[in-house]
Amino acid sequence: MPSEQHAIEITNLNKWFDDFHALKDINLTINQGERVVVCGPSGSGKSTLIRCINDLETHQSGKITLTDTQTNIGMVFQQFNLFPHLTVMQNLTLGPMKALGMSKADAEARAMKFLERVRIPEQADKKPRHLSGGQQQRVAIARSLCMSPEVLLFDEPTSALDPEMIAEVLDVMTDLAGDGMTMIVVTHEMGFARKVADRMVFMDAGEIIETGSPKEFFSKPKSKRCKLFLEQILQH
Amino acid sequence: MRLKNLCFLALPLLITGCASTSGTWGWYVINPNTPSGLANIKFLLNGFGATITLSIIAALLSMTIGMFVALPSISQNRWVRLPSRIYVEVIRAIPLLPMLFWVFYGLPVIFKSMGLNISIDPFWGAIITLAISDSAFTAEIYRSGIQSVSKGQTEAAKTVGLNYTQTMRYVILPQAIRRILPPLANQFIYIVKMSAFASVIGMQELTRRANELVVTEYRPLEIYSLLILEYLVLVLIISFGVRWLERKMDADESK
Repeated sequence: MPSEQHAIEITNLNKWFDDFHALKDINLTINQGERVVVCGPSGSGKSTLIRCINDLETHQSGKITLTDTQTNIGMVFQQFNLFPHLTVMQNLTLGPMKALGMSKADAEARAMKFLERVRIPEQADKKPRHLSGGQQQRVAIARSLCMSPEVLLFDEPTSALDPEMIAEVLDVMTDLAGDGMTMIVVTHEMGFARKVADRMVFMDAGEIIETGSPKEFFSKPKSKRCKLFLEQILQH
Repeated sequence: MRLKNLCFLALPLLITGCASTSGTWGWYVINPNTPSGLANIKFLLNGFGATITLSIIAALLSMTIGMFVALPSISQNRWVRLPSRIYVEVIRAIPLLPMLFWVFYGLPVIFKSMGLNISIDPFWGAIITLAISDSAFTAEIYRSGIQSVSKGQTEAAKTVGLNYTQTMRYVILPQAIRRILPPLANQFIYIVKMSAFASVIGMQELTRRANELVVTEYRPLEIYSLLILEYLVLVLIISFGVRWLERKMDADESK
């Protein structure tokens, strides 16, 4: 269960891409250990929001406060972004060795632990391109975990995957959620959201339209836009 | 391969077949069986050393200058990018020959007006001019190679805590170098050919020697034919090296 301790506080956040107002007065507080699923139509600002949280995008006004200044934020990308010239093991040890100053042996032991966690220890010496999409995304998750993050961001982690590989990635994510990791997940996988989320955030046109527990969010959405969105994506 | 076979076939044909005819061809001027012909050939071939040395030093200098021009050109800040942009546009626009004239004949005048009595040595004048002229192209090769690595790689490096230098060194450059090396090697062929211009400021490389021999022997057809053959052999050897490099990179890639 999430604690009352805040992990991230976002107040009056505004972000423009030139003339385009991508995020409008975003206010959102995320507690430690909380699992938040962000959904909404494409172009609604979901990805931009989490990219602002870990500083991949700059914002023009408002504040993002990490309660602990040492907060380490991990990120899993839609396109995996593994380092193609390095083996799986080297992908996992690069950060810990260069940024955290760990020894090679320690970094490799830690990497192996997380590869086992995502159930692909046997792929350690392969290059990413020899792995399936689902395996690559699991390596990317393990790579983030190797940095011992307090918060893990997921930017549509299953959108680039073939349908038969989505489950294996969601299983790993569900598993992590059970461990009390603070997670912010941008996804259209509503089954996963129902099962894992403590809170749903619905965004449209750069604004947070509504938030709520999965139960009330799916059964009786308050806003019209949210209702329409859910109808569209749950229809099939 | 076929091109090379053709050369080997054509060479003895030209030398033996045409040597006996009078008029058009007069291969005696570079006939290795006569002492004067042999001396002429030696004189011409001795230019290889200067051409190769000139090309290699100029290429290395160009690669170094190119790096310093390319690094600011990938900055997010347009004011940091601007000087590199101007350098590339200006240098790329100046043809090599006028630039050589300017450095060799023009620059000493400026030195003189400043009270300095510096004359430009043909060897170093040629090397520096070639290197500067070429550096605009190597800078562009570096820049496009680095920028061809996707933005996602930089972002991923940032999320695992790497700083700018570490990101460049461990993530971006190792990927960029595979895309930089083949065009860079290709550019070296270009330098070798452009080095012929050094002849006009008195640098005694392959072309200069051919010119000097033509003046004394009056046999431009034979001497320039040999000259072209000299460049052909040199460039084919480098081409072969470039192909080998590309194959090796492809092999590494598919590992």
